[in-house]
Amino acid sequence: MENRHEKIGLTDETVRKMYETMLLARRLDERMWLLNRSGKIPFVVSGQGQEAAQVGAAFALDRNQDYILPYYRDAAVVLAFGMTVKDLMLAAFAKAEDPNSGGRQMPGHFGQKKNRIVTGSSPVTTQVPHAVGIALAAKMDKKEYVSFVTFGEGSSNQGDFHEGANFAGVHKLPVIFLCENNQYAISVPADKQLASVKVSDRAIGYGMPGYTIDGNDPIEVYRYVQEAADRARRGEGPTLIETMMYRLTPHTSDDDDRSYREMEEVEKAKLSDPLLTFRKYVKETGVLTDEQEQQMEHAIQQIINEATDYAEQAPYPRQEQTLDFVYAEKEQGGAV
Amino acid sequence: MAVMSYIDAVTMALREEMERDQSVFILGEDVGKKGGVFKATAGLYEQFGESRVLDTPLAESAIAGVAIGAAMVGKRPVAEMQFADFIMPAVNQIISEAAKIRYRSNNDWNCPLVIRAPYGGGIHGALYHSQSVEAIFANQPGLKIVMPSTPYDVKGLLKAAIRDDDPVLFFEHKKAYRLIKGDVPEEDYELPIGKADVKRKGEDITVITYGLCVHFALQAAEKLAKDGIEAEVVDLRTVYPLDKEAIIESASKTGKVLLVTEDNKEGSIISEVAAIIAEHCLFDLDAPIQRLAGPDVPAMPYAPTMEKYFMMNPEKVEKAMRELAEF
Repeated sequence: MENRHEKIGLTDETVRKMYETMLLARRLDERMWLLNRSGKIPFVVSGQGQEAAQVGAAFALDRNQDYILPYYRDAAVVLAFGMTVKDLMLAAFAKAEDPNSGGRQMPGHFGQKKNRIVTGSSPVTTQVPHAVGIALAAKMDKKEYVSFVTFGEGSSNQGDFHEGANFAGVHKLPVIFLCENNQYAISVPADKQLASVKVSDRAIGYGMPGYTIDGNDPIEVYRYVQEAADRARRGEGPTLIETMMYRLTPHTSDDDDRSYREMEEVEKAKLSDPLLTFRKYVKETGVLTDEQEQQMEHAIQQIINEATDYAEQAPYPRQEQTLDFVYAEKEQGGAV
Repeated sequence: MAVMSYIDAVTMALREEMERDQSVFILGEDVGKKGGVFKATAGLYEQFGESRVLDTPLAESAIAGVAIGAAMVGKRPVAEMQFADFIMPAVNQIISEAAKIRYRSNNDWNCPLVIRAPYGGGIHGALYHSQSVEAIFANQPGLKIVMPSTPYDVKGLLKAAIRDDDPVLFFEHKKAYRLIKGDVPEEDYELPIGKADVKRKGEDITVITYGLCVHFALQAAEKLAKDGIEAEVVDLRTVYPLDKEAIIESASKTGKVLLVTEDNKEGSIISEVAAIIAEHCLFDLDAPIQRLAGPDVPAMPYAPTMEKYFMMNPEKVEKAMRELAEF
């Protein structure tokens, strides 16, 4: 197999790390489903099948200064940006120590200021204008960072996508809009979501380049996101990148996808599961030896086991913590 | 101390805060070269440049959402909605996002944002340039809603709003912009958000209101005084969260309370004030709590006859005050 990562300046070590992050996200996701089906956690929203685009993009960013505004399937993005498996497990179990929300939000609602992971909500696409505002602040203060925001193809119908993209285009702001087109918005397929052929067709309306690329290929995604980040840092404005992929699981643990899609279609998509295809790549290019792979799997399993045990035993928030942090602390308990 | 109009106090507060703090900036429709459709930001574009007085595309959700993003990374945005009526496309950003950012992140993130908007009727603005929209936001913990009545309060409260570490909606009565004038000190001062202000002391009845209606109540109170009726006028100033202490204190003192708003009556700010008084002051009351408000129709019509019927005025307030005093 042709070595494609050297050509774009990626070392074997980095590519190994990319594969490891994808594998970590997948194994963690699988564990979450087990915990859900055994009644230990109430909810899972899955990123299976989307790890390649997530990891390719995250590794192309400057993980020491860029801001990310992930959507709910982006566990691999936040893992790459410094959130730990333990952090995500604490969120899954809704424990007090959860750094995302202190047990307030459902899993998948990421946020961690120290890693510049911007807090998100459930109404989709509200994060897009936020990313634009963060980029506006970068431009105003002549800072070097870019903001990176993700969303699904269904979300690209929301007004906030269009309003935000247009604003960024008008003011040439350093934003990367990354659509994770996984073919389904819950049950509705992309052809019932989009009047255009591609989400990236929308870019021209907002004065930015738009690309549709293979989201199952992390090297390809890395290349495009790196170029978009370079453009942004040069002051040339935003880029829209649509990454094509397939959602391998139901929408969430509360969804049954057999009611709206053929299981043959899912089985077929599994043949190009990015975890399998990228595994093949790292093995055949000699980036990952069998022995290293075994060690990797073993280490990941151990991390996930420890995180699960820790999170399961960790305390819930105290009931009265419900009342905390409505406003800045100094104003708590002021009025009658 | 200079006498200035309500809108000049807005501009003065904005200018002083922008001079004081580099992180303060303005964004909205027509706020730049034009200086705003009401001229609230007049001269600021010339003084601070385009990067700090930003004309945005005509898209209110983006105005709010972009401001929220900038606020989360340390800016102090002051977003202008051209009319309060046009804040509706931004409601998701304000309620789902701004109001909840601190809470949902367990105090990790916050959103020091001000959204200014002119509200209110009596200016031939019809349905979509006359509305009072505060009640929509007044059951959203995480938000603060300030509605000043005087130029002095405008300056002190707008400065406080800009310095506040949480999102503040700052509604300015558009009829007050040039109608209401008052003394405004040149020096820097802040007024506390969340505190009502007794604009007139009295022993016989209490009128609790906010915004332009404060002036109607004060005018009416002077007429009543000639007949020996002394009305206390409480200006809420912050309509959310309410200053319960001040409400309870005045209601308990006079035992007769008239609540006034220009908004529709049902589910309005004064409905919550009435509930607070009912909960805390029942045995101090000498008359049923009275509410004087706009009719429960969708919004203020254009024809002068209908506008006058809808709109609050000093005569309506005076009549209601006399009836209560005589109860």
